[in-house]
Amino acid sequence: MTAHIDLSKAGILAESSAVRVALLPPVARFSLRAATPEQKALSKALGITLPAKIGQCGRKGDIEIICLGPDEWTIIAPEDQAGMITDACAAIYAKTPHSLTEISDREVTVRITGPKASDLITIGCPRDLDQLPVGEARRTVFDGVTTVLWRDGDQDYRLDLWRSFAPHVIALLETGCGELAGE
Amino acid sequence: MLLIHCPYCDETLPELEFTYGGEAHIARPENPADKTDDEWRDFLFIRTNVKGPHFERWRHAHGCGRFFNAVRDTVSDRFLTTYKAGEPRPDLAVLLEDAAKKEPSK
Repeated sequence: MTAHIDLSKAGILAESSAVRVALLPPVARFSLRAATPEQKALSKALGITLPAKIGQCGRKGDIEIICLGPDEWTIIAPEDQAGMITDACAAIYAKTPHSLTEISDREVTVRITGPKASDLITIGCPRDLDQLPVGEARRTVFDGVTTVLWRDGDQDYRLDLWRSFAPHVIALLETGCGELAGE
Repeated sequence: MLLIHCPYCDETLPELEFTYGGEAHIARPENPADKTDDEWRDFLFIRTNVKGPHFERWRHAHGCGRFFNAVRDTVSDRFLTTYKAGEPRPDLAVLLEDAAKKEPSK
């Protein structure tokens, strides 16, 4: 049932009285891996303290950093600030070994908002969403697909999806969007 | 659905985020060439297959991505504990005592 979905155009994918699903414009994404002793220097170089607890987010301006694992972070930034991040990390690379990989094209993000946004997430995600505080995010699963689920508000979520899985998940979200409106 | 505590995320999460990784605490021999064929066969294939508390590996595949160890009762499917990879095997007698305290009827 996976329909062809144009991932190059940001905009509303599905909308009903219950919930709205929208594809967000592209952003720069980086995967950062570093051991504990290097975290201080990296925080200083980036100007944002790397969150230490899995799921916590650090923010400064438009840049967001989420801790995904004990030594793994994802950095999200506007595309025009990507160079600043790569430069900052490259400058300390000699003394602070780490791995910074650009993964901007790997993922797309959909925003899910509306009075039944949480209900829509539960069609594919087995987590207890009450345990996910606003302002944090978690890497989890949505119908078998690994995603990063951000909670920006009580009924305001973002879902980072690997591009190749996105049509499948978006098709599910579109179906759920209609179903929830009919409830 | 089973709820599994990830020792790295420090959260109790649905089983769907995890994958099973076989029996835990099986160390690869330092120098496989020193082993006899029988010893090598045992390392590769022979497992305890216990009925009851089983030390096993799990991976938080849709989460932090880490392997960790768990003690699960293979009869009741109940998790007695989970702990980080590399940590020593917990004392089974203590775990069973704790479990009995939590559920006095059994």
